[in-house]
Amino acid sequence: MHNHAGLRLAVDIGGTFTDTVLMDGQSNILATTKTPTTPDNPTVGALIGAKRVLDDANAGFPQVSGFIHGTTLATNALIERRGASVATITTDGFRDILEIGYERRYSQYDINLVKPDLLVPRARAFTIGGRMDARGDELTPLDVAGMDDLVRRIEDSDAQAVAVCLMHSYANPKHELALRDQLLRALPDLAISLSHEVSPEAREFDRLCTTIANAYIQPQMAGYLADFQSRFAAEGLSCPILMMTAGGGMTTLETAARLPIRLVESGPAGGAILAARIAAETGARAVTSFDMGGTTAKLCLIDAFRPQTARRFEIARAARFIKGSGMPVRIPVIEMIEIGAGGGSIARVDRLGRLQVGPESAGAQPGPAAFGNGGRAATVTDADVVQGLIEPGRFAEGRLTIDTAAAEQAITLEIGSALDLAPDLAARGLSEIVDESMAAAGRMHAVESGKELATRVMIAFGGNGPLHATRVARRCQVDQIVIPKDPSVGSAVGFLYAPVAFEIVRSRYATLDQPDLDGLNAFFDEMTAEALAAVRAGAPEAELSIRKQAFMRYHGQGHEIEIALPDRALGPADIEILRRDFESEYSRLFRRAVPGMAIEILNWSVEVSSPAPDLSRVPDVAQQRTARPCGHRRILCDVSGHWCDAGIYDRSALEPGDSLRGPALIAEPQTTTFVSADFQASVDGGGNLWLNRIQEDAE
Amino acid sequence: MNTTNTRLQVMWNRLLAVVEEQGQALIRAAFSPIVRECGDISAGIFDVRGRMLAQAVTGTPGHINTMAEAVKTLCGRYSRSEMKPGDIFLTNDPWIASGHLNDFLLVMPVFHRGNVVGFSACTSHLVDLGGLGMGPEGSDIFDEGLRIPPCKLVDQGQLNALLMDIVKANSREPIANEGDIYALIACCETGAARLADMMVEFGIDTLDSLADYIIETSRRGTIEAISALPNGTWHNVLTVDGYECEIDLCAALTIADDRVLIDFSGTSGLSRKGINVPLNYATAYTVFALRCIIGPDIPNNAGSLAPFHVTGPADCILNAQPPAPVAMRHTLGQMTPDLVYGCLSQALPDAVPAEGASCMYDLPLRHAPEAVSRGGTQFALELVFSGGTGARPSLDGLSATAFPSGVWGSQIETTEAVAPVLITRRELRQDSGGPGRLRGGLGQNIEIRSSTGEDFMLFLSVERIANPAKGRHGGLAGAPGRIRLGPDGPDLPGKGEVRIGGGETLIFQTPGGGGFGPPDERSPLAVRQDVRDELVSARAAQHVYGVKP
Repeated sequence: MHNHAGLRLAVDIGGTFTDTVLMDGQSNILATTKTPTTPDNPTVGALIGAKRVLDDANAGFPQVSGFIHGTTLATNALIERRGASVATITTDGFRDILEIGYERRYSQYDINLVKPDLLVPRARAFTIGGRMDARGDELTPLDVAGMDDLVRRIEDSDAQAVAVCLMHSYANPKHELALRDQLLRALPDLAISLSHEVSPEAREFDRLCTTIANAYIQPQMAGYLADFQSRFAAEGLSCPILMMTAGGGMTTLETAARLPIRLVESGPAGGAILAARIAAETGARAVTSFDMGGTTAKLCLIDAFRPQTARRFEIARAARFIKGSGMPVRIPVIEMIEIGAGGGSIARVDRLGRLQVGPESAGAQPGPAAFGNGGRAATVTDADVVQGLIEPGRFAEGRLTIDTAAAEQAITLEIGSALDLAPDLAARGLSEIVDESMAAAGRMHAVESGKELATRVMIAFGGNGPLHATRVARRCQVDQIVIPKDPSVGSAVGFLYAPVAFEIVRSRYATLDQPDLDGLNAFFDEMTAEALAAVRAGAPEAELSIRKQAFMRYHGQGHEIEIALPDRALGPADIEILRRDFESEYSRLFRRAVPGMAIEILNWSVEVSSPAPDLSRVPDVAQQRTARPCGHRRILCDVSGHWCDAGIYDRSALEPGDSLRGPALIAEPQTTTFVSADFQASVDGGGNLWLNRIQEDAE
Repeated sequence: MNTTNTRLQVMWNRLLAVVEEQGQALIRAAFSPIVRECGDISAGIFDVRGRMLAQAVTGTPGHINTMAEAVKTLCGRYSRSEMKPGDIFLTNDPWIASGHLNDFLLVMPVFHRGNVVGFSACTSHLVDLGGLGMGPEGSDIFDEGLRIPPCKLVDQGQLNALLMDIVKANSREPIANEGDIYALIACCETGAARLADMMVEFGIDTLDSLADYIIETSRRGTIEAISALPNGTWHNVLTVDGYECEIDLCAALTIADDRVLIDFSGTSGLSRKGINVPLNYATAYTVFALRCIIGPDIPNNAGSLAPFHVTGPADCILNAQPPAPVAMRHTLGQMTPDLVYGCLSQALPDAVPAEGASCMYDLPLRHAPEAVSRGGTQFALELVFSGGTGARPSLDGLSATAFPSGVWGSQIETTEAVAPVLITRRELRQDSGGPGRLRGGLGQNIEIRSSTGEDFMLFLSVERIANPAKGRHGGLAGAPGRIRLGPDGPDLPGKGEVRIGGGETLIFQTPGGGGFGPPDERSPLAVRQDVRDELVSARAAQHVYGVKP
């Protein structure tokens, strides 16, 4: 065996594949593998992948000093409705927080819409007396006398877990804590999630939903994590296992088992961390990550090497991708937009003769028609095959034969005949529609964030990201694209660059004119101590950094803006600084501040994190060489609309300094990079592929 | 279809994305709670002839036709040759813009290669325009605040400072109004810039062929949907509470091969109070309701709207003429869907829902007048608590959900953090859903009192207190709304001012939606589930549905 001290291992369990990456102490990737996920017990598949990469590197579990795990298990349990039977306890008078929600229809014209199933039927929604006000002052004590009745109702309901969400508990958790103690005394095996621990923010509907989601997956996830740990320990793993969170940091197994909702959507977060890392290594300060897989595409804006974050997202949408049709979860997350556009997205012609693509997907089974598994729908992958962009023999390491005739037939039957178009032009139209919808979603997301898309570098990965990157980039006026190494296991690679981190966002209403500074500083001390404890457990010796923010808005508005705070006690002089920072950020977003309008602060956050692994800047390349293709293919050019010759290149044979011009296809085991005719490609000192749009005037 | 058409479709998709972008940006920057909670804004892109090509799908349908017509009107006032890059035009005239003074409409010509190629427009609800404020108490439009005829707000990039000063000087919320107007300007400019960018990207000099494609495709699709309907004329009368007296809303719906006509003849005359509705606003909700059933998948534009025609005699309450007071035009405007559904369900018995609570159940709360001089707590809140929607032909109604408006409800915790009120109850109202084979949605029980012991004011303009939502095809009515001070207090009317004493509790019960089909046809399983969930009482299960729980 080599001297492999300090190996680090990342395992990302997805719905279809488990991605495993092994890295050495200098952040060099030693081995990667993609193995099928084993749904009955995902740990089995994780062990297979881990052993394979260790074997490939001629190493063993005892040499692993860092282990990071991310899983869609939590997400899938919520989507597939495979969690515990949950009961809720809310304050008397508010039994229907869940049923009432925001009183809203998510689709304006659909009179037959069905609201999302929020997991707890009204028959399992219970209440208890006692009331706090918005400042956390007790108006009525907790109804201890009503406890016996409550316990009996919970027992009768057969609930396995309870979500407790009492009015204003974020401001004073006393009643929630007392209620938990009383419940555990009577029902010691009950799994209890308290809203002030899961999501201590004002807005009772969001907080209750988040607490329910946590309670729903908590028994299952706690069991899974304990089993995962013991199986890997039995194989000789001696280092602690850290879990990837949706916020982009790692946390301990203990925290993950208590707050499993933080694990939801952690896989995509890994992709954003990878993109942020590559941004830092290459010095790209304004970046969009573009992660396109089989069913969806995800975009994240990354500025100054930090992925954009949010405090709320939705899971399990009733109508896919329609805002407001899902269950809100209010936790700190890396903010991503998800579009129902992937290789398997299905195209059809509507009754107006409009070509529509997605969000329905052919999935892994039967998959695109080109997979030859009986799929008949015309998909994005079929269109790529018809345009010659996918080499039939090399797809998925040659494990999957591409049936070009089936792809062409599906495109003809579903699109070509309805629109009276030849198959190649129908395929091109299909690509144009799906690429435009991804570009439009990206532009919309940038506008909502007060940012521009056109000036950014796109970092593209995922199974279909490198294939569609130039086409989507052109539609967003993006001129530069980076395709990292191992783009198809991007999320797992990203895990290895994540810090140990924990963020808490808590509500406390204040106006900038009359802030209670002493109270606020004490409030921050308490939050910081809580976050520090969570991080210290996972990073005992690291030097930790603390980041504080305030979420501010003008009085009367509904949208808050995050403003960084200094990491020290706030003093009277800070008020003017905060006002100035808010007004300058506000005018950046909305062109102009509104002088004289009162400013209010609703939420405050603290993030504690360990340093990320050391960064190595991509070295400069000594000289440029023109790479030679290893073959040619006829493809339909997306720029000219005519069939033309494209060079085929093997990515593993390209070296730093190599460059080539489109149209070209750069193949690697899990994906292909398509270099359009208006792009040129070059390999940098770190092995990243750069695709640069050729400026027209330079022609 | 050929490749040119896929290209046109890509551009159409781009326009739809642009107007959504504009809409979202406007909502985020808005100061009015009604914009925040209801998305009461609109954004659209128009061709050089003023034909609407794309419109954002926002929270309230009240802008659907109003914007399409308003831009045409405004464009007609100015010749293209006198328009300069950077110009923006403005009006809040209720009969041109959107039915009441609070809605400001801005229109900006878009230039490409030196020529006007189209227009970018947006509308937003401003917080306060002076007068008596938002409420039905005005006796004419002059009581209701500042009315601005079509004029130039921005002249080649230069803001009309006098106009801005006039708007601010006539408002109780001058800073918020200024912020909102700047947000509207930014919204127009963004739309114009994106449209010009798109034309460069796709290398087109005019929007003509794109406009023709969008309008023709949409018009054709809408007419196809109409031609699938039975031809004929159907009548309905909807009696509503009104202010001083009950009002009859009358409609005749005619479906021809290629168009749909609605005629409000027979509708009662004007109210003395500000619940009158300009026809542009009544048309918006009427057409919205019809389009939910007829071709809902086709985006709003000049082509999809063209086959719908709405008329009504001048000075019936759905076609109020100046100077009638119209501040609360939404109260009755939002009843027009139930009015036309009563006609349409005769033609399409299995496609149209029962009547619902329909009118927005909002609770505008303010400090008592003397709080200003006494140094008491000053506040203004606009809470919304929706009733139930009508049962659908194959689904129960939605409880505590807004329809036809897309208003959002308020959250108790954020409300109590910003205003001196304590909400002690917000729960579904048992047995309020109209019984039927499909049950109407339930209303809510709301209880509110002052958290400081000070008196406060409530300004009511709601419906369905005396006239509950009727069921359809044998379904029974939903429970009417009910408003009291304390459980033993007398029932209050749905319109007017109410003073709530420091120690009193306002009990506000929102109406339920009507049922669909006879209650005895409801599946006993569904009835028992409703009883288990305590949405229906055991007593009602037995007496109304004939099901022993």
